[in-house]
Amino acid sequence: MKAIYLDNNASTRVADEVIEAMLPYFGTLYGNPSSMHTFGGQIHRKIENARQEIAELINAEPDEIIFTSCGTESDNTAVMSALQSNPQKKHIITTKVEHPAVINFCKTMVRKGYEVTYLPVDKSGKLNLEDLESAITDNTVAVSIMYANNETGVIFPIDEIASIVKSKGVMLHTDAVQGVGKLLIDVKKLPVDMLSLSGHKIHASKGVGALYVRKGTRFSPYMIGGHQEKGRRAGTENVASIIGLGKACVLAKKYMHEEHTKIKALRDTLEQGLLESCPNPRINGDTEHRLTNTTNISFEYVEGEAILLRLNEDNICASSGSACTSGSLEPSHVLRAMGVPFTAIHGSIRFSLSRYSTDEDINIVLDRMPKIIKELRELSPYGREVKAT
Amino acid sequence: MWEYTEKVKEYFLHPKNIGEIENADAVGEVGSIICGDALKLFLKIDKETGKIIDAKFQTFGCASAIASSSALTELIKGKTTEEALGVSNQDIAGYLGGLPREKMHCSVMGREALEAAIANYRGEKPPEVEEGKLVCECFGVTDKKIRRAIIENNLQTAEDVTNFTKAGGGCGKCIPEIEKIVQDMWAEKAIKKTVKPKEKLTNIQKIAMIQEVIEKEIKPLLQSHGGDVELIDVDGNKVTVSLRAMCTECLMADVTIKDIEKKLRELVSEEITVEAE
Repeated sequence: MKAIYLDNNASTRVADEVIEAMLPYFGTLYGNPSSMHTFGGQIHRKIENARQEIAELINAEPDEIIFTSCGTESDNTAVMSALQSNPQKKHIITTKVEHPAVINFCKTMVRKGYEVTYLPVDKSGKLNLEDLESAITDNTVAVSIMYANNETGVIFPIDEIASIVKSKGVMLHTDAVQGVGKLLIDVKKLPVDMLSLSGHKIHASKGVGALYVRKGTRFSPYMIGGHQEKGRRAGTENVASIIGLGKACVLAKKYMHEEHTKIKALRDTLEQGLLESCPNPRINGDTEHRLTNTTNISFEYVEGEAILLRLNEDNICASSGSACTSGSLEPSHVLRAMGVPFTAIHGSIRFSLSRYSTDEDINIVLDRMPKIIKELRELSPYGREVKAT
Repeated sequence: MWEYTEKVKEYFLHPKNIGEIENADAVGEVGSIICGDALKLFLKIDKETGKIIDAKFQTFGCASAIASSSALTELIKGKTTEEALGVSNQDIAGYLGGLPREKMHCSVMGREALEAAIANYRGEKPPEVEEGKLVCECFGVTDKKIRRAIIENNLQTAEDVTNFTKAGGGCGKCIPEIEKIVQDMWAEKAIKKTVKPKEKLTNIQKIAMIQEVIEKEIKPLLQSHGGDVELIDVDGNKVTVSLRAMCTECLMADVTIKDIEKKLRELVSEEITVEAE
């Protein structure tokens, strides 16, 4: 049975073109790009070509792109570099809704003597930029704020954030793992100092990411070793994945218009359909400033894992902010930060689409979901409360 | 992705005994929507014999919470209230062929609902208002509940306590306190290793225990060597299993069968014999 894959904020299908581009590097082209001989050295040129392709997607210069192993490494590297480049300052600003790659990194820095401000968000997941402005002090060393939220799709106004942060002369990093490839990003116009992206969120393979570091930004490497990436990230390159990431960026640029046409239309059909067919739904997150591929809907009085496993019976893939699916016993930190009531937080389901999503996928979900919600509510001791409202 | 047994999936997708019982003789309600799971158990009890003639449930929660609730109702139907109180959380998990360790708290919730319902029937106050020092603020778990879970389930670590009671699974602030409770209890040697009950097992209890032993003790061992085993049938004391994967080609298959028999005799009943399909 074909998977109905609506979990693209978790990971994406590797594009056929990407696989094709990668294959030779698993086979005949196995040389080390750092080698002196042509056999290895020719691969170096391919890597530089990929670097160019990635730079073009966000309008950066190729030497502003550093390859990493994933989004998390990019995030960790960025924040750590900012801290090490300016060791006398001890205050970090981030948000309550960041990815664990930033939040948990900041938490560990508290143990090393740093003070961290986690900016709150309102009910729709938006930041109050006045909070940001007043949080910045002379002691602030770095601000790390995500471009778009992985759970709700809410997009932060990074341009406004950047002008506030840069006017105070503080280093700004943005985790743009969910934004790159979906939104038009132009670092020539957007004054961020560093920006993270990840391969497997944009139809490249897992195990590769990149960090944009604006020319002139003080940089301190995270991985120490050989001279790869001009000494900014040691370790033999993940050649095949880097080539694939380059190809994925070319494709992302080519298909970007679909994000706002085809994908948005499918997402809206799905969302509207669910709102109409399932009683007591609520959309989590600001629908005005939101990724066009994402919808996060809560179905009150049912539990998310139960919904997901029922969907799984029909091979429908989605995700949930419920406690049972989080790995810990606490529900989504993002939805909690937004003050989503507990009646709704456990029953939150995220559908995230991609250019491979089809009308048929959406129709099947719209056909199955009302029945699943109805049956699980009948099973729930709180089901009566739905009927009452 | 949780590794649920086929039985858990079956009881989640097609749960038995769902709904309310009108004019129930006993109702037990545990958990809350804030904690992420809640179970309401309804019992119809024959006043003369004390037997549970019907049991139904409503559950808000994940797949294993729903399956555990349904398994509980199946396990207690036909038992007297006294006998039903003998159903432990391991019995519930065993009935389902085992639960992922992280989900054992679902079986504990079943056991708690049962106690609450029977207390309700007897006109006693529900056990959860028993005194105790609040340890985990996130999930409202007292030291008393933690100590009980440690004894009943032979828990050795704070992580296990979280798996069985949810305590410590929220902000994590109380984990050092939980660690201390675990250490103290074992250090005092206040508890002896749990011994399997010596009284005669009902068939259903026996089957559940056999399943549990196969899932938890035997399967992991075989799987570590690329093999596997499936329980086919239990007829009285005759257990039929089928060896799978690498085991099917293994020259030591007979020895494996004898080992399984030995383990089942040790942990379930001396009279068990094991045959391969």
